[in-house]
Amino acid sequence: MSDVIANIPVNYYVFFATALFCIGVVGVLTRRNSLIVFMSVEIMLNAVNVLFVAFSSYKSDPAGQVFVFFIMAVAAAEVAVGLAIIVMIYRNLRTVDTGALNHLKW
Amino acid sequence: MPPPTKNCPVAVKNNHVQNIKPASFLDLRVLFFILQKAIIILSKLLAFSKKSYLCKLRNIFHQKMLSLILLSVFGITNLFLGFLRQRNIVLFASMAFTFITLVVSWLDMNGTLITFDASLNGGMMANDKLSTSFAFVMLLTALLIFPLSTHYLKDKEAQPAEYYAILMFSLVGALMMVSYKNLIMLFVGVEILSISMYVLTGSDKHNVKSNEAALKYFLMGSFATGILLFGMALLYGAVGAFTTEAIQTYVSANKVVDSPMAFLGFSMMLIGILFKISAAPFHFWTPDVYEGAPSLFTAFMSTIVKTAGIGATLKFVTLFGFIPLGASWYPAWYKGVAIVVILTLAIGNITAVYQSSFKRMLAYSGISHAGYLLMAVLALSPVSSVKAILFYTLAYSVATVAAFGGLMAVAGNKRKEEYAYFNGLGKTNPFLALSITISMLSLAGIPLTAGFFGKLFVFLSVFERGLYFLVVVAVLMAAVGVYYYFRVIIAMYMREGNNEPVQVSSGTIATLLIANILTIALGIAPDLWLNWFM
Repeated sequence: MSDVIANIPVNYYVFFATALFCIGVVGVLTRRNSLIVFMSVEIMLNAVNVLFVAFSSYKSDPAGQVFVFFIMAVAAAEVAVGLAIIVMIYRNLRTVDTGALNHLKW
Repeated sequence: MPPPTKNCPVAVKNNHVQNIKPASFLDLRVLFFILQKAIIILSKLLAFSKKSYLCKLRNIFHQKMLSLILLSVFGITNLFLGFLRQRNIVLFASMAFTFITLVVSWLDMNGTLITFDASLNGGMMANDKLSTSFAFVMLLTALLIFPLSTHYLKDKEAQPAEYYAILMFSLVGALMMVSYKNLIMLFVGVEILSISMYVLTGSDKHNVKSNEAALKYFLMGSFATGILLFGMALLYGAVGAFTTEAIQTYVSANKVVDSPMAFLGFSMMLIGILFKISAAPFHFWTPDVYEGAPSLFTAFMSTIVKTAGIGATLKFVTLFGFIPLGASWYPAWYKGVAIVVILTLAIGNITAVYQSSFKRMLAYSGISHAGYLLMAVLALSPVSSVKAILFYTLAYSVATVAAFGGLMAVAGNKRKEEYAYFNGLGKTNPFLALSITISMLSLAGIPLTAGFFGKLFVFLSVFERGLYFLVVVAVLMAAVGVYYYFRVIIAMYMREGNNEPVQVSSGTIATLLIANILTIALGIAPDLWLNWFM
């Protein structure tokens, strides 16, 4: 099994991570539900994680994998804050649709 | 809905005033005892650090770590101070803590506290003059912003101890952003700063505007973080390391055409950082967030977050453009950044003209000032543009803090910040009107204020690089800026208003006085600041 993984060229990982990242970007730009937008952001972060791990093992340099742990920790903190904000919005507006966010306009 | 648990002591105090008083004194005594012991232990550690384990402890303090550790510990202390019944203590404590950090970070640079050794700390943080000067600007701004928060001390719904603690934690992130030597530290710094600001933006829980601003800021901010990280990953794939030295070596050894992945990574990282400093195509979240957030935190966002972002941009872009190291890379990206600068200046200044809300105008003016700062970054001359950026950030921060202080005093508890509130302020409260006038003049760049020399230094550095068209655009846009800054002054002195007289708290008076004295002092003798650090 490990042979199979080692035989996959690093390009494939780059393409895969880029595809995941693009899915995330499209999700952020097109979706209206803030929870789904939030999930798309998480997909973007995880695409980055895949890319870091792939490069790290390809270059046999541990720093990239250390970075992945930092990203995971920070993403967890972001989830905590983000969900709290979304819950707060839901309590006041009874919706989490980004279309309802129209109180700030010039 | 039950009131938050933190409010209980306040409610109890009203019923049994006599019973509570001794207890609060007890709290104070315990606190002073702990602080005293802590200071004694710390001084002993620093004095007798000949032993090996103490040496190790001292090594942790190397290279910017001391101020970071101090800020974090002080922030946590602040959270505990929130249990005290007297809320004033929290404000004084956090100001004292920030001041101590300011002094320490300055002593740290000159090597009087500890000796300088670049090999320690894994090379994660730089402790050079540049980062310390940025740290000085940000800590000074924080010191000026804290006294504006006195209205939170009386508000039972508010949690001042937590606000101050989160502000101090966000300062940790800001210091990391201006002193990183490793991309990991840049990322962690950006995130510490951003996540703290998401929380503070939404701190006015029952206000729909504040909620909306928090969600917008959060979604846009984390989106930008994703882009920043993807750029870092691509850069890592090309360079194979995160340290700034490795990147510099890579950039000087390779041409742009040979390394498209590194260039793409650089561009995406730049976009991610430009999001944070709200440069033009990526600025759309800024006005909403600045308007919706409580004014105190808007002041923090538009000064400290911007300074930290510009510091990070300067350090990052320097890797890819400083002559002679990255000379071949500079032509590849400077046009793109020049377009961003022009867009930022144009959109920021022209949209600010059409605002009816003073706070929203300040948001757009913040965007335009990001444009001027980015212009100096683009000039990238090792001496003059660094000087210009340091001077400009200080001048801009001080004037903006004064403007927000005036706004908070005038707008008070009203949920809107219209220009009409300023009508006739020159008669009802001459001091407030004068200090807002001075800050507006400084932001507009009128001579004898700090803002004038800030703009002058920026234009000179760009001139040195030979980007003349940028100077022309910037001067035109500065002329547009004069119009909307003077609208406030005209409203204060030439319009009749029937607004009630404005009460100004002593904290606000102190901040306004210091900010205005600094603005004028820097405007008369700009060398004062430049010679001090650079």
